Amino acid sequence: MISVSTKFTNSADIETLAQKLRIEGGPAAKSVRVCIGTGCAAKGSRRLYELFCEAVEQSGQDVKVEAKCVGCHGFCERGPIVVVEPGQIFYQQVEEPDVAEIFRETVMGGRVVERLLYEDPNTGKKAEKADEIDFYKVQERIVLGNNGLIDPTKITDYIAEGGYKALAKVLSSMTPDEVISEVEVAGLRGRGGGGFPTARKWRSCREAKGSTKYVICNGDEGDPGAFMDRSIMEGNPHSVIEGMLIGAYAIGSNQGYIYVRNEYPLAVEHLRMAISQAREFGLLGKNILGSSFSFDIRINRGGGAFVCGESTALMASLEGRSGEPRAKYVHTVESGLLEKPTNLNNVETWANVPAIINRGGKSFAEIGTEKSKGTKVFSLVGKVVNTGLVEVPMGITLRQIIDQIGGGVRDGKSFKAVQTGGPSGGCIPAEHLDARVDFDELTKLGSMMGSGGMIVMDEDTCMVNVAKYFTNFLKEESCGKCTPCREGLAQMFYILDRITDGEGQVGDVERLEGLAELLDGTALCALGKTAANPIISTIRYFRDEYDAHIKEKHCPAKECRGLFRYEIDSEACKACGICMKNCPVDAITGEKKVPHVIDQEKCTLCGTCWEKCPFAAVLKV
Amino acid sequence: MTEDNKIIEQIIDRYDAEAGMLIPMMQDLQAECGYLKAEYVRSLSKELGIPLSRLYAVATFYSSFRLAPKGAHDVSLCMGTVCYLKGSGSISEAICKEFMVEPGGTTRDRLFSFQAVNCVGACALAPVMVVDGKYYDGVTPESALEILHNLSPEEAAETTAKEAQSD
Repeated sequence: MISVSTKFTNSADIETLAQKLRIEGGPAAKSVRVCIGTGCAAKGSRRLYELFCEAVEQSGQDVKVEAKCVGCHGFCERGPIVVVEPGQIFYQQVEEPDVAEIFRETVMGGRVVERLLYEDPNTGKKAEKADEIDFYKVQERIVLGNNGLIDPTKITDYIAEGGYKALAKVLSSMTPDEVISEVEVAGLRGRGGGGFPTARKWRSCREAKGSTKYVICNGDEGDPGAFMDRSIMEGNPHSVIEGMLIGAYAIGSNQGYIYVRNEYPLAVEHLRMAISQAREFGLLGKNILGSSFSFDIRINRGGGAFVCGESTALMASLEGRSGEPRAKYVHTVESGLLEKPTNLNNVETWANVPAIINRGGKSFAEIGTEKSKGTKVFSLVGKVVNTGLVEVPMGITLRQIIDQIGGGVRDGKSFKAVQTGGPSGGCIPAEHLDARVDFDELTKLGSMMGSGGMIVMDEDTCMVNVAKYFTNFLKEESCGKCTPCREGLAQMFYILDRITDGEGQVGDVERLEGLAELLDGTALCALGKTAANPIISTIRYFRDEYDAHIKEKHCPAKECRGLFRYEIDSEACKACGICMKNCPVDAITGEKKVPHVIDQEKCTLCGTCWEKCPFAAVLKV
Repeated sequence: MTEDNKIIEQIIDRYDAEAGMLIPMMQDLQAECGYLKAEYVRSLSKELGIPLSRLYAVATFYSSFRLAPKGAHDVSLCMGTVCYLKGSGSISEAICKEFMVEPGGTTRDRLFSFQAVNCVGACALAPVMVVDGKYYDGVTPESALEILHNLSPEEAAETTAKEAQSD
């Protein structure tokens, strides 16, 4: 790493250093990049990194090889991931014994280790580079572009890839109004869920009365099933800081806050390092790059409350209070944190800002649909073949994401629905899979973009149970300040619980719809207003499942215990006796060579026989 | 008592006695003691001039604060959507039954504290269980019980909360 003794004092310094770094790290250099995103790290990638470091040390001085840790590549399903330069050779599911072979063959010998390459399950073709894999082909990686390329703990890596160039451009040649106009031309909308036009928010905050103004980065990614903000903060923290710097300059703010979820310790660690390095380089602090602009950032860790993702609740939390939202008749851009004008944006929104300045708003706006510009990062998870983090241009269809990138539904099952938007979103069924990913299009379907969770559900998923899951989640997370949310969610959960228990009553669906309307109209904040979306969207598309639970006392997905039976298929049964031995209530009878039978009177529906049968002869009916 | 005051003093100094930094102060206190000890909370309230009721309002509002000591190990089971769809509900049931513990509680022998958390953001690994900061992927009821049975009671819990200071 190149040591830099002095602070940057003007905008040109950044480009000078970037050039120097690029020359010294020239194209001939060999490197091994090990992903240490959460997925790969859980599968032991940190140990791989150590082994590669040892291998580099032992290789001697004559070759220049660098082993480095990088952020999430997105293809978490296939982790741990290791990329070797030159050639961008993409190895997946690398294990400790593979390190020596990769080092000897690829790094030193320039030969590819075939067995560690990704193999296309349909064609059987091996892919050497990431962009030859279907998972990456359809993606357009603007925000995640540097994830997997740079070491998030080194500011010089970010600078070498063109980092802080946008800040230099803004401070040396653009007025705050010009910056806002550029973001407006780009058509950037908030990536945290609401989709509010970013430039309009910035302008309102800039024009608000008062000399002290705050900018906040909302990193309280609470939606279960979403982890894109985590990966950006962990894998490329400087892009968030640079975005905030540009926003603060445009708005006229000198103090920023990053509010990070308590469950994300690595994100906190990387952001802390990034902030202190940015201070060392004079990119945070007083008179940044020799201009009159001063700005600094402070990190606050959340306390573990979902509602703090709501802007006013988050600000209450930053003030040291319980995270209860307030009514927004006065906008936070006029009176937010400590009653000062405050501009809050989500992690991904901030990370888009440097790209807009570098590319120009017009070029950014060429990506996407008429009203939704740029890209969106989704965490594609659930019952899909390739799970992971994907960044796609707006306007792509849900089908393309699930089938082309995700490789379709896992285990040959059939697709039932995709849930987008987290607990405030909804479930979209198969007939709408050709809908385009666009803020307004998804809202029309009864779901929403949300922060970008995309959970694929197959035929074995009970939609009433999904609605119950989200309602329970929100019931637990409701702050309790307003009555409709506190009491309404408890009642909705109660009704859903009895439906899945087989105690549903005729009229329950209508009761749910009534409560949903009440919440939408009267709850204080977005958490309550949108809380019924999972229920309403599942009623809209899967009413037959509700009816089957209520009227026939049957769960079509065979997930709700008590609403289906276990039976033994007499033709498939090999009379091995395993189920009989394992049944905790002795409900199974049978002899050698005679198919076994379950006594439905005795059966407690525990499912042990179904799990233990080696011949899949136990059926759910 | 003087020892107690020292901890509180240090924490308050770290944040320039700014009342707005109450939550980070309480996080630091918990990181140091393992939980929010009643006498510390009282002296924090006194030193800052913030009513005790507000400190307890904050402590009980946020799920990461604990008012009782935790076990030797930290066990978090992810109950995010994907983990739930892949069966974390039955894993939780199995753990509760086997160790006679409730989510949010600690086993009677203080072997581990068990938390059912919303989403740890590692959905590609679902179902996920985190034990003392180590992630276990694709967990089943059987494998979860095995992992927990192998926890040693002597081994002190690794402090998962990293040294907490603010930037």
